[in-house]
Amino acid sequence: MSGALAFAWSGVLLFGLGLFGFIMHRHLLRRLLAFNIMGSGSFLVLVGLAQDGRGVDPVPHAMVITGIVVAVASTALALVVFRRWYRASGRTDLPEDT
Amino acid sequence: MIGLWSVPLLFALPLALGILTLLATPAWRPRLSLAGLPLLLAASAAAFLDLALSGPGIYRLGDWPAPLGINLNVDGLSAGMVVMTAVVAALCAAYARSYLRDYPASASFFWPLFWFLWAGMNGIWLAEDIFNLYVGLEVMGLAAVGMVALRATPQALAAAMRYLLAALLGSLAYLLGVALLYGAYGTLSMAGLQHVAADNPTTQVALALIILGLLLKTALFPLHAWLPPAHGGALTPVSALLSALVVKGSFYILLRLWLVLGPEVTPAFTAQLLGVLGAGAVFYGGWMAWRQHLLKQLVAYSTVAQIGYLFLFFPLVTGTGAEAARLAWDGTMMMLVAHALAKAALFLSAGNLILAVGSSQIGHLVGISRFRPLSLFSFGLAGVSLMGLPPSGGFTGKWLLLHSAILSGQWWWLIVLFLGGLLSAAYIFKVFRMSFREGPQIDRSVPPPLTMDVAAMILAASAIVIGLTAHLPLHWLRAGALLGGG
Repeated sequence: MSGALAFAWSGVLLFGLGLFGFIMHRHLLRRLLAFNIMGSGSFLVLVGLAQDGRGVDPVPHAMVITGIVVAVASTALALVVFRRWYRASGRTDLPEDT
Repeated sequence: MIGLWSVPLLFALPLALGILTLLATPAWRPRLSLAGLPLLLAASAAAFLDLALSGPGIYRLGDWPAPLGINLNVDGLSAGMVVMTAVVAALCAAYARSYLRDYPASASFFWPLFWFLWAGMNGIWLAEDIFNLYVGLEVMGLAAVGMVALRATPQALAAAMRYLLAALLGSLAYLLGVALLYGAYGTLSMAGLQHVAADNPTTQVALALIILGLLLKTALFPLHAWLPPAHGGALTPVSALLSALVVKGSFYILLRLWLVLGPEVTPAFTAQLLGVLGAGAVFYGGWMAWRQHLLKQLVAYSTVAQIGYLFLFFPLVTGTGAEAARLAWDGTMMMLVAHALAKAALFLSAGNLILAVGSSQIGHLVGISRFRPLSLFSFGLAGVSLMGLPPSGGFTGKWLLLHSAILSGQWWWLIVLFLGGLLSAAYIFKVFRMSFREGPQIDRSVPPPLTMDVAAMILAASAIVIGLTAHLPLHWLRAGALLGGG
């Protein structure tokens, strides 16, 4: 296995771990962290897989930078909504489906 | 080429207005927005005219070539979506201007989010590569979540939080799929993928991830749980925008990618499975809509049901003859546009009725027909299109789908179309039964501002008119479509 492919597989592993956390946890902060781990996983796949056998390719790097911006924005929005939800209801998780 | 300036303006204008309204004082935000509406309407019309005059084409942003620059794809489908968005969003904005006077705290952030939402949607309609589709999806999704949270009640915040979690999960699955596709083929452009994509496990896994992510974001049954609280609980103009336009964004991406990759790569049963899920959505959504006691929840569940019809596209277009595929394409486009118009009209007139009686309970609508006939009439016209009665757009769409199902010998979809129509009739008439009943509950009503009634009326009337003149929009929507005939 080449080094690039190792990165891609670690990315898949991270994504899986994140997904597991996202589904299993109820605390919203933990779910948010899990989301960020999933994001890092897919960025790693993007950079790792694309460089396998094709040498250095700038396009995935540009995509990952854009992806990080998107992830930061989503995390910020989630934190704002979460804080307001916590202040309004005193809960750190979502009420189960009605 | 008129479109030379109009195509980039479709992003530049809403983004600029989003930033401007964010910087402006709250009093200036609606004024700036109303000033911006005609500009964006003109740009959308110009993009459409350009398509009509010089045919479909690729527009290169900043004249940079593809891997470095961003290609924008102007064809019949994307131009049609741009115009549909412009019409619905402009009318919702006019409605919101009056509606938001009662919600001063929410109003100040409505306008920046509204413009970012519009920019994200135009980004999706026009993107030619799968990564910019992701960016558009996120811009649209984050703005939509912000709009759901505008009301700031605990219920609205919980709905926004659940919506955000579903949207994030969906877009990450999509992004991982994009990463796999880029890793395998080294291209992001849809035209490029269509050339090089092969039938192998990598493509299949990637496409499966993309489809799953988009199904979650489109709220297809059984992944719909986040939709009713988010759409039903939001402010009325927000509900209209979300149900009419935002769910179409992810469906549109799914449709495009399916035409590029789907039939070659996926196992044969995938298309049928998507159709079955669609049928499930039609039945379950219709049934749940009928059981609701809150007017806007009813309309929100109706969206769950109506999304189901769009998914009949996949079994009808995959592996069937050229003629059946063309009919399915036309029918789906018609359903898409008709639903956007009718659902926006339904939410706006429901909002008017709620304002008139001062309650969101369907049971409190007793006797309202004497006071607010116009609001009820637009509710009914929109309902006609949702039920699929002639001569509405919903009827034409269903008629085309029906023909396609018969032509391709898949008679079982007819049952879905018929029973789905009956279920829609059941929940629309539930509202009407209440409103025509005479009772002691109310003896007065608060008239909503005229703008709000007129906006709902125009949308409802367009949903009918589009059925009468169906050949025109279909002609344009088909231009330059990637339709191989299955």
